[in-house]
Amino acid sequence: MIILDKLSKSFNGIKVLDDLNIKFEDKKITVVIGRSGGGKSVMLKHIIGLMQPDSGRVLINGLDINLLNKKELNEVRKKFGMVFQDGALLDSLNVFENVAFPLRRHLKISENEIKEKVFSVLEDVGLEGHDKKMPSEISGGMRKRVGVARALILNPEIMLFDEPTTGLDPIMSDVINNLIISMHDKFNFTGIIISHDIAGAYKTGDIIAMLYEGKIIEYGQAEDFKNSVNPIVKQFVSGSMEGPISI
Amino acid sequence: MNIAIKLLSPFEKIGNFVIYTVNELGSIVIYMWDMILSIAAYFVNLENLIDQMIFIGMDSFYVVGLTGLFTGMVLSLQAYYAAKIVGVTYMIGPTVALSMLRELGPVLTALMITARCGSSMASEIGTMKVTEQIDALEVMAVDPYYFLSVPRVIAAMIMLPVMAVLCSLIGIIGGYIVYVYFLGLNHVTYIDKIYQYIKLSDIYNGLLKAVFFGAILSIISTYKGFQTSGGAKGVGKFTTQAVVLSSVYILFADYILTSILF
Repeated sequence: MIILDKLSKSFNGIKVLDDLNIKFEDKKITVVIGRSGGGKSVMLKHIIGLMQPDSGRVLINGLDINLLNKKELNEVRKKFGMVFQDGALLDSLNVFENVAFPLRRHLKISENEIKEKVFSVLEDVGLEGHDKKMPSEISGGMRKRVGVARALILNPEIMLFDEPTTGLDPIMSDVINNLIISMHDKFNFTGIIISHDIAGAYKTGDIIAMLYEGKIIEYGQAEDFKNSVNPIVKQFVSGSMEGPISI
Repeated sequence: MNIAIKLLSPFEKIGNFVIYTVNELGSIVIYMWDMILSIAAYFVNLENLIDQMIFIGMDSFYVVGLTGLFTGMVLSLQAYYAAKIVGVTYMIGPTVALSMLRELGPVLTALMITARCGSSMASEIGTMKVTEQIDALEVMAVDPYYFLSVPRVIAAMIMLPVMAVLCSLIGIIGGYIVYVYFLGLNHVTYIDKIYQYIKLSDIYNGLLKAVFFGAILSIISTYKGFQTSGGAKGVGKFTTQAVVLSSVYILFADYILTSILF
């Protein structure tokens, strides 16, 4: 289980996370929604140890990752896979080498085994036949799928998705959402998705939480979330300009 | 009130500059420490190291060679005008060789490699930083210092002396061409006097300088790459800083090392 306990983070005196508390259930997909620039990515970067909080704890299976040294933190990170907003593929490597990268770094396996695993996961994400292409030669949706393949290659316990559908057309967004669901069914990971795509959140999330002004203001199953009486949640879900959310 | 602010303003600027410099030096020291920890924690990736050695060494051969050639030729020509006045044209060979081996070979090589490879290191790492590729490496439990900095720094420290020797040799050959073919002087004197006046310490002290220059240019360039923020404009800004700072530090270190070594 992942627990964020009273997590606070400020940038230039502006509080982005303010005593934030949330639990991410094992083997379930939790979608954290919120406004752009509202601290969702900051929260995600704290979970993987890319940022350190001003105060509070990040507990991964009971272990506070901010108390770990570099080597111990890297051991914890091996349990994670992360899909970045723009894929964050290594642009000097082709699709195959990008997906094979974690295998080459962390496992001592033969080239044949690497090929087998990479082609299998590329097939899972629907990218068979694209292995020789460079990241600059593929579309945004394909880059995200390569990112998913790379994140899944080591069979991680926890998958983090940083706005997986941002910048994609509705059809490609649905393709990515279906991919997340099918990969979750196959690999059974704990998923954390941050997004402002409400339709995608309802589709992929077992649990939906809303981050607003540095705090989690709503947390529950998709159905409960749809029927929330919180005016901030209602405004965000309806996408209305009128309401308590200041613009 | 305005006068007080105007009076304080220069002091404020000096103070800010001092704070910035100390902060920057401290950050570089921490960065170097992180790199040393990375070397201690993992074996150096040979494949990466060889790639970088080729990039810094072999791929820079033409630019370094041309720099050495023309510098040696100019040196020979300039030395001729001065030596002719006092009748010591036989000293042109040692003048060219000593200048190249002790000073110009290592310094010019370092400056050319800073321009060619230092800028590339800073912009490559900088682009990776702004496109979250560095974050991706960290998430994949790959130490970015180990993966990106260590091979570049070690390769620069190995290849700079090699390139400096080549630059010096080509410079001496350039000087010889001018001495013999353009000035019409005796080729035996040129070579003979070089043998007579050059000591082994001139060569290895020059090499030692080149090792330091390699470390300076690669550490500053990779450090600036990791510091990059602010998109494409940021990459440009930090790449420029990398080249300017590396060049200034190389020249500064050259003075310090020359006063210690020779």
